Amino acid sequence: MASVLRADHISKSFGPIEVLSGISLDLQAGEVHAVIGENGAGKSTLMRILSGHLTPTKGSLHLDGQPISFSGPVEAEGKGIVLVHQEILLAQDLTVAQNLFLGRELRRYGFVDDRAMRERTRAVLDELGVSIDPDRVVGRLSIADRQLVQIARALLVPHKVVAFDEPTAVLTPIEAESLFQIIRRLRSQGVAVLYISHRLNEVKVVADRVTVLRDGRLITTRDIEGLEPLEMARLMVGRDMSKLYPEKPATASDQTILTVRDMSVPGYVENASFKLRRGEILGFGGLIGAGRTELFEGLVGLRPSQGAVTLDGTKVHFSDAREAMAAGVVYLSEDRKGKGLLLQQNLRVNLTLAALEKFTRGSFIDVAGEERTLDEAIKDFDIRTRRRDLLAGQLSGGNQQKLLLAKMMLIEPRIVIIDEPTRGVDIGTKEQIYRFIASLAEQGRSVIVISSEMQELIGLCHRVVVMRNGQVAGEVEQADLSEDAIVYLATGVHEERAAEIAAGHV
Amino acid sequence: MTETALRTDASRRKFSLDMRALSPFLALIVLAIAGALINPDFLTASNILNVVTRSAFIAIIAVGATFVISGGGLDLSVGSMAALVAGVMILTLNWLGAPGVSTLALGMLVAVSLGAACGLANGLIVTFGRIEPFIVTLGTMGIFRSLVIWLAAGGTITMRNSELRELYRPVYFGDIAGVPVPIIAFVVVAAIGALILYKTSFGRHVIALGSNEDVARYSGVPIWRVRTLTYVIQGICVGIAILIYVPRLGSATPTTGLLWELQAITAVVIGGTALRGGLGRVWGTVAGAIILELVANIMVLSNFVSEFLVGAVQGAIIIIAMLVQRSLQRGR
Repeated sequence: MASVLRADHISKSFGPIEVLSGISLDLQAGEVHAVIGENGAGKSTLMRILSGHLTPTKGSLHLDGQPISFSGPVEAEGKGIVLVHQEILLAQDLTVAQNLFLGRELRRYGFVDDRAMRERTRAVLDELGVSIDPDRVVGRLSIADRQLVQIARALLVPHKVVAFDEPTAVLTPIEAESLFQIIRRLRSQGVAVLYISHRLNEVKVVADRVTVLRDGRLITTRDIEGLEPLEMARLMVGRDMSKLYPEKPATASDQTILTVRDMSVPGYVENASFKLRRGEILGFGGLIGAGRTELFEGLVGLRPSQGAVTLDGTKVHFSDAREAMAAGVVYLSEDRKGKGLLLQQNLRVNLTLAALEKFTRGSFIDVAGEERTLDEAIKDFDIRTRRRDLLAGQLSGGNQQKLLLAKMMLIEPRIVIIDEPTRGVDIGTKEQIYRFIASLAEQGRSVIVISSEMQELIGLCHRVVVMRNGQVAGEVEQADLSEDAIVYLATGVHEERAAEIAAGHV
Repeated sequence: MTETALRTDASRRKFSLDMRALSPFLALIVLAIAGALINPDFLTASNILNVVTRSAFIAIIAVGATFVISGGGLDLSVGSMAALVAGVMILTLNWLGAPGVSTLALGMLVAVSLGAACGLANGLIVTFGRIEPFIVTLGTMGIFRSLVIWLAAGGTITMRNSELRELYRPVYFGDIAGVPVPIIAFVVVAAIGALILYKTSFGRHVIALGSNEDVARYSGVPIWRVRTLTYVIQGICVGIAILIYVPRLGSATPTTGLLWELQAITAVVIGGTALRGGLGRVWGTVAGAIILELVANIMVLSNFVSEFLVGAVQGAIIIIAMLVQRSLQRGR
């Protein structure tokens, strides 16, 4: 097959720090080429170099055999190389068609030609096999549909190379399956697809070849045939990853610590009931939008809610997070950047924010005490940071999650609710977080893990409650834990049919 | 993303110059040098003390504005609030009549309490009405201003008792060990402000709220209380500023405090506080307030630009300050 885009011994340094060294990559027409690696391995940097967002310090790029250098993403796009960003970068208040043509509006007599744009939008969406009304306001679309709009926007320009950066991070299995179909369609049209993901099962399903990066170096490029996810993980981390999940601690007691009965969060959750035992890791599964996050935000007083909550035999109602924390219940948001950490503030300020009263002497903050606690947290939680005075926003996703855990543990909670504990977190950090969650249970604390990753729920939890459409659809005991059992409760259909549904559904 | 997995060394934070924090003070020094070159009278002790004294009202109000702005809010009503507080204070003094320290003290108490009450009103409406602070304080700006016009019946509210005026005079015109009282007042206010903003958990909560309200809420910060209190602090600062304003002229008119809100916000922004919140610099604000007065003073002492254009130059300064901040931020 013909090489479309080729990177030849690319290196990139930021100041004295080399984040990529001597990477060669050959992207061919009509292939899906996955790039995998832990956070910090240099995947995103490589992607940004290939799509013209960064220029390499050393090495060269070749497009269709000709050496080339891009002045910026616009030029790269002009040459047919488009990047579908990880974050949703759309104007919420504009319609789908307006977003697709944002910055490149079609004009007629100097005025925007809405009709032509609507038609083109419909054509592009049809080509993707998606049915979204071009006149819908983007803010009212589901996250998955927004992602599709973003892909459509990227594909509006003529493209030879399409790069996806963690496209399934916010998608449910069914939605991800539809995305794979789009990717396969692109491949059959002779487009070269570059695919970056943490999810190795997905890579196995969708990719033709896999390039593994570790610490900014190229480890290997291999055909997907005969390369299993476990082996990929081993190549990424450089050691055996068969024990990603720790032993489930045998600490789940019969003693119920929290009972929630008929909890309703207006607009999101209806009559949800469940029990949590002491020392138990309780999973909450379901599709995105099933109301899991809202249920727990309601529980800890971050949203208005009704329902009977009994904590240690006492009826409680939390009207804000402060009250919940005082009772020993903490909630770690799935939205670390938006709701978990102050990205513009340093690690110390972030660490102590929720437990600040522990660091006040009289009316003043004990900064030396904060510094000591930060030292301990960096050690205990293995927070890897170049410098102590970095801002939280400068940490990688995995280290941000560790910082958020450290912050909430300062409250010494009895019940820890963690929403998507490993979203955007590399596999090495995942293992650390899982071990940490298990150790919480061993200490006699109770943990609720909300996760969209089935494997995580199965590997980590004693019991899994599954939600569907704002209601508790059922519960799976440890002995019965399987993907199929969870998917069945989450969607009402068995997994084998999910792909079929996806085919018809989209 | 591009993290290198270096372990942190336990060494304390390295000394690094934060240009953004230093720039207002550098600007102050540059202006002082420029002033000295333009007019030799500039660097006399009396002129410098005069400039700093004149900047006291704005500086004190701007210390309060530092809290509101770094907490992610905005208060446009401070100028009108100042006029209202001045008017009511003078009316109270006139009504009490008897010249004496107790009368003055009571008047002062009324002024500071009224400032606090006005701030509380702003804060409660912003917090519980969930309305943009820009709109709320635009509204109260009109309300406070027209209340003072109504109280003055369109004219001037003047301290009638001349004995009381004499008694009160030193609060603006007096000095302690050669330092004018207004300067002492604003240094004390700034010092207390800095202490609260940097050293207390309330101050930390203000910064957290200004950085990201959601994070603050999810972290259990009592955001309603914190936000309301920033406006109360602003009100108290307005009250204190009026304590030293009233003895200067002994009257309040419908134009008292006109455009003070703009000067206060300008001082805060020049001082390096982020207008979007999350970063507060009390001493920078003080430098900013002095810069504003210094520019006016230099314009009076020089013949380059008509002193009637002071407002235009001050307006230009806020824009330049934002540009400098932006470029320094990018450099980080």
